[in-house]
Amino acid sequence: MLRSLLFVPGNNPAMIQNADVFGSDAVIFDLEDSVHVAEKDNARNLISEYLETYPVLPDVVIIRINSLDTPFWEADLDAVVSKSVDWIMLPKAGVEEIKKLTLKLESIEKIKQIEKTIKIMPIIELASSLVDLENIAKQERVKGVLFGAEDYRADMGIKRSDTGVELLYPRSRIAVVAKASMIEAIDTPFVDVMNDTALISDCHNASALGMTGKAAIHPRQVMTINDSFSPPKDQIEWASKVMKAKRQADEKNLGVFSLDGKMIDKPIIARAESILKIAKEYGIGGEADD
Amino acid sequence: MTNSLGRNVPEGKKPFVSSTDYKSHKRQQIGLKTQAEKPVFYESLETAFVDLSLHSGMTFSFHHHLRSGDKVLNQIAKLIEYSDLKNISLAPSSIFPQYDLSELIRSGRINNIYTSYLNGPVADAIQDGHLKGELIMQTHGGRARAIESGELAIDVAFLACPTVDLNGNGSGAIGKSACGTLGYAVSDLMYAKKVVLITDNIVDKLEKYQFDHRFVDMVVKVDSIGDPKGIVSGTTRITRDPIGLKIAHDTALMLEALGEIKPGMSIQTGAGGTSLAVADAIDKLMVKHQIKGSFASGGTTGFHVNMLKQGLFSKLYDVQCFDLEAADSYRVNAFHKGISASEYANPHDPKAIVNKLDIVILGATEIDLKFNVNVTTDSFGKIIGGSGGHADTANGARITIITAQLMRARIPIVKEKVHTVTTPGSDVDILVTERGIAVNPLRKDIITKLEAAKFKFVTIQSLLEIAEKICGKPKELPEGKRQIGVVEYRDGTVIDSLYGSR
Repeated sequence: MLRSLLFVPGNNPAMIQNADVFGSDAVIFDLEDSVHVAEKDNARNLISEYLETYPVLPDVVIIRINSLDTPFWEADLDAVVSKSVDWIMLPKAGVEEIKKLTLKLESIEKIKQIEKTIKIMPIIELASSLVDLENIAKQERVKGVLFGAEDYRADMGIKRSDTGVELLYPRSRIAVVAKASMIEAIDTPFVDVMNDTALISDCHNASALGMTGKAAIHPRQVMTINDSFSPPKDQIEWASKVMKAKRQADEKNLGVFSLDGKMIDKPIIARAESILKIAKEYGIGGEADD
Repeated sequence: MTNSLGRNVPEGKKPFVSSTDYKSHKRQQIGLKTQAEKPVFYESLETAFVDLSLHSGMTFSFHHHLRSGDKVLNQIAKLIEYSDLKNISLAPSSIFPQYDLSELIRSGRINNIYTSYLNGPVADAIQDGHLKGELIMQTHGGRARAIESGELAIDVAFLACPTVDLNGNGSGAIGKSACGTLGYAVSDLMYAKKVVLITDNIVDKLEKYQFDHRFVDMVVKVDSIGDPKGIVSGTTRITRDPIGLKIAHDTALMLEALGEIKPGMSIQTGAGGTSLAVADAIDKLMVKHQIKGSFASGGTTGFHVNMLKQGLFSKLYDVQCFDLEAADSYRVNAFHKGISASEYANPHDPKAIVNKLDIVILGATEIDLKFNVNVTTDSFGKIIGGSGGHADTANGARITIITAQLMRARIPIVKEKVHTVTTPGSDVDILVTERGIAVNPLRKDIITKLEAAKFKFVTIQSLLEIAEKICGKPKELPEGKRQIGVVEYRDGTVIDSLYGSR
């Protein structure tokens, strides 16, 4: 699971060489918007060399390629796809674009003898993509989607608000469809990089609706995002207590039991198990409270 | 001869034994001068120079509070040449790149240099082999100790002073060249055989002053003692470099895990961008936990002043102001206290502030597997700085933390062996880099606390391996052959030798 996904411009060597140190769950090496047309070749070469030769890489590597309506996307893939790449992020994605990308990836994987299946993360940034989300999420390689709010607003012809109310529907829809399809729902980056308070609020807005992670456009956002999309400490402690009480109840062959005056039943146990599982995966606890 | 760290020590010098050895030696102090007469005022530096009856072989001292704006040392250098003085020993508390001393060094007019920090053309001239005598790199506290003990005997202290009153009392707090506290010059004031205050502002009477007229022999009025633009920077800023911010963030989290963000805490950080980011991260934790500390110390900036104003600390103990806000605060805030170098860091001063520090955050150009730190030379052996208060605070503080990027311009900062030892590893507890935190195995108490808090840390060996994996292993520098000077530990023993560049 990915809480934080840090964007790094593909033509910035200083940032690329330190991409793995900021604690993000994944790094998105960008070949699209942050790389000028004249720099595309340099960026491809740089990322390719980095992935082939650098001794310490991020745990999860994502490449954002240029969209399929540009002349760049195939050269992007030919240059950078390797066994070190985990995901391809696809801008302006619809079902047809995903199918076309899948064919190209299959071909490259075969040629380069890459044994794993590289996943696809479509960016949902058009109203049409949002409408077709169920079909997008069903595509075999699609294991997560990223919501692109800036382009979504532009497509809809609506303005950014302080409260983010205009994002309520797309976030809700993406979260629900992603959950039903068992894929990750990654929230749009927050662009005011110096405003930590507003970032926390934006993270809470997204996570409250069921988004599972968020993209970052500056390293300083990573820790806030990780904290916001991790189970809170009191929740982990509560879950540990529930599981401890369950073990004691099991020893006494009790099907239903109470904790702190509240009845504990199957859905609550499942929620506690889920919290501990996530906490353990993120290395922030998750051990049973013995 | 080698010292306990295996470093070369020239014959006749005292080798470094340990960072606690000074405790077995008594404080030595020469007598304070008693001044029967009032200071004599001069309108010309040249006339004062003649009346001082100077001769070759003397030792002149200076302070560096006017930093890169200082005009006094260069004016005296011209008079040394004009007066045909030779074999002079110079003892400025720091030497910055604006000093034009190369020719005086080459011609044998300046033969020995004692200082705590050195870079620029003077460093180059010395490393090129032009200094006929020796270069002694001291710590700030070590310099104060050497002066009061008579080990560094000063014939004349030429002390820039932003304002002097008609009695001869001096202050750095006001005047067109105001720079704040003058802490590094207090030992010179008290123990030099002759003291000359050089000022560009004379007032009738100072109510508050740091230089007492009883130690002053002469006051010289000049047009300008310094360029205000170089004396203090307008503002000092927190780094925006993501790596520096990460190091700062991790340092603060580690201190929280160690339980060090607590009421009464005391801390010293530098004035660099990353140091200020550490201070900022600690500031946020103190606010979050509603902690009030006892004091912050060292060279101070507007950032430290804001922490004082917020009530995060009760006092600022300041030996040097780095920016205008700090200088202003020193002038108006009674809780922003100026201290002398001796009160700050003299190993034999029983009340030295460094000994009361809980935490000090320091930098490094290199650190080795035994946690020895180099801030004197770069990885090519070139002199680029010096201890300043590094070794003093590392020794005095309960926890010494080095923050540094693991690689700088593709050169690992963690080495098997540092080129020059400035601060012994026995005084260094923790290294924080962007790729991990390493704890000195000697600090078992810290290791136990971090383990109990489930806080991740690594070995310094593993940081060396990561750095060398990324950068490759740098070629060893050839062993230096021509000694050009020594690095003294705070007790005056030689911790390492310095070598020429050819």
